[in-house]
Amino acid sequence: MIDALCAASIRITGADSQEIEAYFAHPDADVEPGPRGGIVMIHHMPGFDAWTKEVARRFATHGYNVVVPNLYWREAPGAEPDDAAAVARAGGGVPDARLIGDVGGAIDYLRALPSSNGKVGVIGHCSGGRQSVLAACNLPLDAAVDCYGAFVVGTPPAGSPMKVGGIEDQLGNLGCPLLGLFGEDDQYPSPDQVAELDRLLTGHGKEHEFHSYPGAGHAFFATDRTAYRVEAALDGYAKIDAFFAQHLAN
Amino acid sequence: MCTYSTEHAAVSGSGKGRHGWFALDEATVYFDHPVHALAEHTLNIDLTNSAAAPGERIALELTAASARELVAAIERALGSVPAGLLAG
Repeated sequence: MIDALCAASIRITGADSQEIEAYFAHPDADVEPGPRGGIVMIHHMPGFDAWTKEVARRFATHGYNVVVPNLYWREAPGAEPDDAAAVARAGGGVPDARLIGDVGGAIDYLRALPSSNGKVGVIGHCSGGRQSVLAACNLPLDAAVDCYGAFVVGTPPAGSPMKVGGIEDQLGNLGCPLLGLFGEDDQYPSPDQVAELDRLLTGHGKEHEFHSYPGAGHAFFATDRTAYRVEAALDGYAKIDAFFAQHLAN
Repeated sequence: MCTYSTEHAAVSGSGKGRHGWFALDEATVYFDHPVHALAEHTLNIDLTNSAAAPGERIALELTAASARELVAAIERALGSVPAGLLAG
């Protein structure tokens, strides 16, 4: 574990060459010069919040450069995370093309760092889990982690104004290994949807590793919510750490 | 679970936020994870002015049972006054 960290808000170039805010957490280059892998962390639907930044710093202590793009920056620059999330939700969420552009900008930023080893993974929770898979189907990545992302397969409730839908037709383009972590009590994604995703990826011959935890539902990693399940979260982090160590190592 | 369900309602009136009173024109209603309430899911209401900054928001996170109590209380309040007062 690395204790000497740096973390700050920065600007990166996202979709349509627009500048957006991002959170950058990384080992202090004066103490730990690298080279090392990078991680793009996609925040959950509640936004670019304190918990997301805590998790980013956790991965930095494990020796990665971590960038979290603020996906709601355009709708609500400078707003508090919950206010920004409310605006984004009222507007239907983040369009997929914009997500791909913003994550692509974060990947470019990480690979251009002097401390980069050239490898970059992506991880997302909740809506970010789906977006992690979406990114891995459209961008050059070395590893992807989907934590309980809904609607990778399946469709949102009828009449939902959210700009999301299943991405079954893109799974054949998955360009890197995928780790999926799910709760058996979750309904979005449901165990049946997780099984369907597993089946589709197997059919495409895509390397993937899924784990579903009994007694856990959605958001079991979220330490600031009642959904937190310590056993699932600890085992999940162990699997994420091993996965990134395997695929993002020098 | 994240429900992704989101309902909208046009509203007319005012609310008091962090900077005082402001006009309201939209309500967003959804059942999903709360930011603050200690429940896995809550009925969430964002009362906003679409022309104002994102921080101008009245936010509610209510348990499902208490949200139904609120709906019933609103209906009782509206039902207890003469119809002539309800115009507008």
